[in-house]
Amino acid sequence: MDLNKWIIENTFHHSDFEDLSALVKEKERQGLTISLCIPTLNEEKTIGKEIVIFRSELQTRHKLVDELAVIDSGSKDRTREIARSFGADVYLASDILPDLGPKYGKGENLWKAIYQLKGDIIVYIDADIKNIHPRFAYGLLGPLILRPEIKYVKAFYDRPLAFSEGLRPSGGGRVTEILIRPMFSLFMPELSVIIQPLSGEYAVRREVLEAIPFPIGYGVETSHLIDVYSRWGLSAFGQTDLDQRVHRNQPTRDLGKMAFGILQTFLSRMTALGLISDLPKMNQVLRQFQAKDKDFEAVEYKIIEEERPPMLGIPEYADRLKELRKESKKD
Amino acid sequence: MQSGIADIIEHLPAVEKKIHHLSDVLLANLVMVSEIPAPTFDEENRMRFLVNRFTESNLINCSTDEMGNALGILPGKVGKRNILLAAHMDTIFDHSVDHTVTIYDDKVTGPGVGDNSLGVAVLATLPACLEYLHIHLDSNLILMGSSRCLGKGNVQGLNFFLENSDLPIHYGLCVEGMKLGRLSYSSIGMKMCEIHIEVPEEYDWTLFGTVGSIVTLHNVIDRILKIPLPRKPRSRVILGSVEGGKGFNKIATKAVIRLEIRSESGEIVEDIYRQLENIVAEIGSDAGEEVNMNIVSQCSPGGLTFNHPLVVLTRELMNAAKIKPRISPSTSDLTAFIAHSIPALTLGLTDGDNLDEMHSTIYIEPVYKGLALLLGAILAVDKGYCDGPQ
Repeated sequence: MDLNKWIIENTFHHSDFEDLSALVKEKERQGLTISLCIPTLNEEKTIGKEIVIFRSELQTRHKLVDELAVIDSGSKDRTREIARSFGADVYLASDILPDLGPKYGKGENLWKAIYQLKGDIIVYIDADIKNIHPRFAYGLLGPLILRPEIKYVKAFYDRPLAFSEGLRPSGGGRVTEILIRPMFSLFMPELSVIIQPLSGEYAVRREVLEAIPFPIGYGVETSHLIDVYSRWGLSAFGQTDLDQRVHRNQPTRDLGKMAFGILQTFLSRMTALGLISDLPKMNQVLRQFQAKDKDFEAVEYKIIEEERPPMLGIPEYADRLKELRKESKKD
Repeated sequence: MQSGIADIIEHLPAVEKKIHHLSDVLLANLVMVSEIPAPTFDEENRMRFLVNRFTESNLINCSTDEMGNALGILPGKVGKRNILLAAHMDTIFDHSVDHTVTIYDDKVTGPGVGDNSLGVAVLATLPACLEYLHIHLDSNLILMGSSRCLGKGNVQGLNFFLENSDLPIHYGLCVEGMKLGRLSYSSIGMKMCEIHIEVPEEYDWTLFGTVGSIVTLHNVIDRILKIPLPRKPRSRVILGSVEGGKGFNKIATKAVIRLEIRSESGEIVEDIYRQLENIVAEIGSDAGEEVNMNIVSQCSPGGLTFNHPLVVLTRELMNAAKIKPRISPSTSDLTAFIAHSIPALTLGLTDGDNLDEMHSTIYIEPVYKGLALLLGAILAVDKGYCDGPQ
């Protein structure tokens, strides 16, 4: 595929979709339903604002989103109460498909959203965005509504502090630039056109979500890209510039854990695809070091990248789909 | 009590209850307005947001003017009377401040949420409120986000509009975020001044053993504190802030005092100001430093009386809603209406804390009561209940 052509045709800016009336009209013409899912864990400081903004702009003023839901991992703060008080549907991840047992991680919430929510499209938005704006949702939904061949739209954020005309570097965070992009460049060069493969915001068609497995932890975004690319190709992707995203900055130590988890997922995917072979059994303990007086000591973290299978393989999901179809016919 | 106002009072509780349905729109507007920095003289982005909101609400004449005011008109069924509803858009926080707002289930915190992002958010939400409540006014309702109100802005935005608009304004209502119960219908005499102390560049330190501009600043303050102030009419000199020097071991070459003279009597404001001018001249000549004073903002005392029908009916609405009136004079947008002899008052919308702090907080639930009160006042004006003898 001509990568420059793909970038021109499949890279968007949120302002391309700011005519929400037109977007709603087209959504209704196609009979699409849209769910907005916010996975949470102790996000009481930001969740109220996200719910209020999305409800006002994407439900009350423009009927773009049919369902606004929070799927919570068991917050110890007031996240669920606050989200509920502003009108979101709030679910505890462990209450969804309880017979499958609990697993803890953002990927678990994203996966369970496929079962719980009703939309033909689900848009996932992280809960820790300080400068939340409706563009975070409509910027990702626009390509799916207006371009039927696109199935998976990722966010990227790009706003230089100062810029005079000409070239400027553009890309992702530290883990993306020193781990993900080099790995994609080595094994799946086409995927290196995704500007921010680890961004936590994306909108996806149900037909894709239900067909792909979900790592529970750090590897969920990476595995999505690999799995969607392997099955539907690069043309299934779109990416949208959402301008600036203000959020908590992660310390380098935490990025190390993230990279360790992602690497596990990446290597297992490459092995499954036959792109690498004869790997030894991978260790799941990450060692980091800290100094105590004049001595160094190792701190060990066990990071296991567990995975949920494609939702289509879960028997309860078949029943749920029947329910959803019945509801859809009634409407 | 007039039967008409009794009718409005009877419906206020239902109005308050119903407008809860628009809470997400109101709070979203509050967040979006609050997170757009709008220091005085730089309100353009906030103005654009508000004009867009007016346009989306199908107001007519959605526009801005050369002062950067945001305007839109909700035309009335009859249109003989024009009511101007104004909320100042500017804040005391500059662009470098983190404008992020946090919403809890009962309150909203962030810089400027109460002064005056909530007022602006209410303007943005009001057309939807009126539509939802099926209220169709007889009068034209002009909604205005006013620019350049605070401090050095000296109420330039609203004054400009009132001086240059062809529309005759029959009544004015100013909307302020805080506090619920605030009722301002008069202005006091006020002069806001800056005193600048500067050591000339050619100053020869070896000749004079001077200690620099901070000591001069101290001398000026010392003299200001000795100005006799009458108890009646009530008068004050507020020393707002001082600034000077660059560190530990450099003699300060510049210093500034910011202060405000306030009095119920315009003559006393002028008298205190003259005394200040003398102090500045005298110390300037003694110290060999340049001491200058300039007026940043000023207004004259005036306004409605306690018995003006607009004030009386608003108090009746407050009493019926069990809101305790907090009567205080104003030195902001209301002064422009007063200067143009337009009957007007300022209403506060909700309770809150730390008004001009970074973590300013407003409480959500009282906003609905404040908004119902505002709607009641608009209806009272619209129906002509405030047109009686003044």
